[in-house]
Amino acid sequence: MDTFNFSGGIHPPELKNQTKDLSIKEFPVPEKVVIPLSQHTGAPAIPIVQKGDIVVAGQKIGESQGKISANVHSSISGEVVDILPYNHPVVNKPVPAIIVKSDGKNFQIEIKKTYWDYYRYSPQDIIKVIQEAGIVGLGGAAFPTHVKLSPPKEKEIDTLLLNGCECEPCLTCDDRLMQENPKEIIEGMKIIMFILNIHKGIVVIEDNKKNAIEAINKIVFLEPNISVKIVKTKYPQGAEKQLIKTVLNREVPSGGLPFDVGVIVQNVGTSYAIYQAVVKGLPLTSRVITVAGDFISNPGNYRVPIGTLASDILSYCGYKPEEKPHKIIFGGPMMGISQGILDVPILKGTSGIIVQESKNIQFFSEYDNCIHCGKCVDVCPMELMPNFLSYYAEHMLWEKCKEFFPNDCIECGCCAYECPAKRPIVQHIKLAKFYLSKK
Amino acid sequence: MNQNIIVTISPHIKSKNTIQKVMLDVIIACIPVMLASFYFYKTNAIKLISACVFFSCATEYVFQKITKRKNTINDLSAVVTGILLAFCLPPKLPLWIAGLGAIFSIAVGKQIFGGIGYNPFNPALIGRAFLQVSWPKEMGYWTSPFDGITSATPLTISKLNLSEKLPDFFDMFLGNIPGSLGETSKIAIILGALYLLMRKQIKLYTPFSYILSAMVLSLILKSNPVFHILTGGLFLGAFFMATDPVTTPITNAGKIIFGIGCGFLTILIRIKGGFPEGVCYSILIMNMFTPIIDKITKVKRFGSER
Repeated sequence: MDTFNFSGGIHPPELKNQTKDLSIKEFPVPEKVVIPLSQHTGAPAIPIVQKGDIVVAGQKIGESQGKISANVHSSISGEVVDILPYNHPVVNKPVPAIIVKSDGKNFQIEIKKTYWDYYRYSPQDIIKVIQEAGIVGLGGAAFPTHVKLSPPKEKEIDTLLLNGCECEPCLTCDDRLMQENPKEIIEGMKIIMFILNIHKGIVVIEDNKKNAIEAINKIVFLEPNISVKIVKTKYPQGAEKQLIKTVLNREVPSGGLPFDVGVIVQNVGTSYAIYQAVVKGLPLTSRVITVAGDFISNPGNYRVPIGTLASDILSYCGYKPEEKPHKIIFGGPMMGISQGILDVPILKGTSGIIVQESKNIQFFSEYDNCIHCGKCVDVCPMELMPNFLSYYAEHMLWEKCKEFFPNDCIECGCCAYECPAKRPIVQHIKLAKFYLSKK
Repeated sequence: MNQNIIVTISPHIKSKNTIQKVMLDVIIACIPVMLASFYFYKTNAIKLISACVFFSCATEYVFQKITKRKNTINDLSAVVTGILLAFCLPPKLPLWIAGLGAIFSIAVGKQIFGGIGYNPFNPALIGRAFLQVSWPKEMGYWTSPFDGITSATPLTISKLNLSEKLPDFFDMFLGNIPGSLGETSKIAIILGALYLLMRKQIKLYTPFSYILSAMVLSLILKSNPVFHILTGGLFLGAFFMATDPVTTPITNAGKIIFGIGCGFLTILIRIKGGFPEGVCYSILIMNMFTPIIDKITKVKRFGSER
């Protein structure tokens, strides 16, 4: 297969050695979980339990509303102690959440029906199962999967790309999942291919994950329609549009979606969740996260119930409140969000918690003038001109910003990584997007 | 709440590249040229370079103190300006004139516009242009290397059709000709440029299009192209001045347009204009076109119609 490439991109330090050889461990049932009703792109779910109700693990507690939304399920068994706005790691303001206090017994919901013989049903039935299980994209954006699997009729989709790139530094959860559950991942992939009636599936893995490639290859060689594509390690290789460009040399048009070029991209974690939901009948109540970084004595990859508080996870992993200044990052170091308080829950889209000792902390206001060096233009994977976007946003000239297409920005952070003046280019572009959307 | 938890914006890791390191690379790239000038002009070169560097740094410091701006002396850009200004001055220029040039470079060429990043013109060349019009006699006083005897530069000889013999191309390449401090030794300039290329601080688009277009136009105007690229400040201008990031276009296409413009203007001034040398003014003129060039050479973005 020919190898293509996307323009730009960077090679940040990988920092994966700390956790890449640690197998996935079950995280003990926490005392309480906080399950936000809005963990996904789209409308928040509506609570269908009340304060004082007894719930079991896997029971649906929030019903999706509207076209783009997802169900939420309790991840442990116990009592609903409260439904109130709670800290949220992404929105940074309190968002309605259901708090479940554990009874310590971790009762699982009774599985009524499994769809192991999914090919006997219609694709619509299977999409319903996935919707019922509350599955969202586990790569980070948390877009409801059942919506992604129901593209407009006129779009013809011919290829499924399964994204196992994991280009973010530090994170190893997808890597481990591919090594330990390759069979389930490929089975989930086949379910997606059945739903969309496509006959070409490609698992895309970066060349720094030798073990994962080997594990997937062992399963894939039995599957006639599925192949493995090894791509160069480069950030942001795992970004949807860049992935399609690299593997298939198709360019998603500006403002378009992958199905505009006949492709659907799913994360390996999502594929695993689809397998669990369809074949085992289990809703999405847990996910694998990487806990790594400084001050962590017990790093690793853990399968954590969704809604577990960061403070519980960190103290289990040997983190103690430190004297030295440090950051707690939800997600990877390139695109993750640093948290001010530890009393925040893990969401479906959270891929890791990274603790970072910050020796040279740079605050938002401390940056130099742009020296026009053009490094950001060279590395931008969307081939934008971040220097001008940043410059005009700094001076609040939003209309000027528009000429440089801020809405095409995928916020990968390559520009800010390379910038010698340490300008907060991504934030400037985010501001431009925000002000332009308000008009 | 834990006071030691810090919230900042993504990305949380950044490259070690800073403006200071960029400028340090330029200074390192200047070292071969400096050594060549020490070799050819002895103490004159040392005095001139130190005076220019001292006055640029002092001006930057004082200006930022008076205007109460953030002090940016640490980013070393004033040092670079000082060195580059000294490179384009005649070796026996009185130090007070050189000092005034450095003060003008930093104050009017850079700080008035808002400091590093906002200057529309190359500060070192602004300083040189200022000296050229204010003290034309001193700025036209050239001496030969080693012995310091008054002699005309090859460009002046060819411009005024003087009776002196032109040096051969090998001497021009080594730098054994009369001329400004840093412009004579082409081999030293190429060494410095190679370092900058290796460190990815410059791209070859501008220097190549500059030199090629200068050769093409001198051919059209029936002049010797090799003579034109080996004399005067063309190499220094092409590799050190026209590659200054702040005042030149950002895209590769823009850099090529910029280089072509510089090359054409340089040869036009040399052959048809009133001055024997045109590098300084051609780059300054093209600096003015940088915003327009940037505007017409926007990169084609991902997913747009190509």
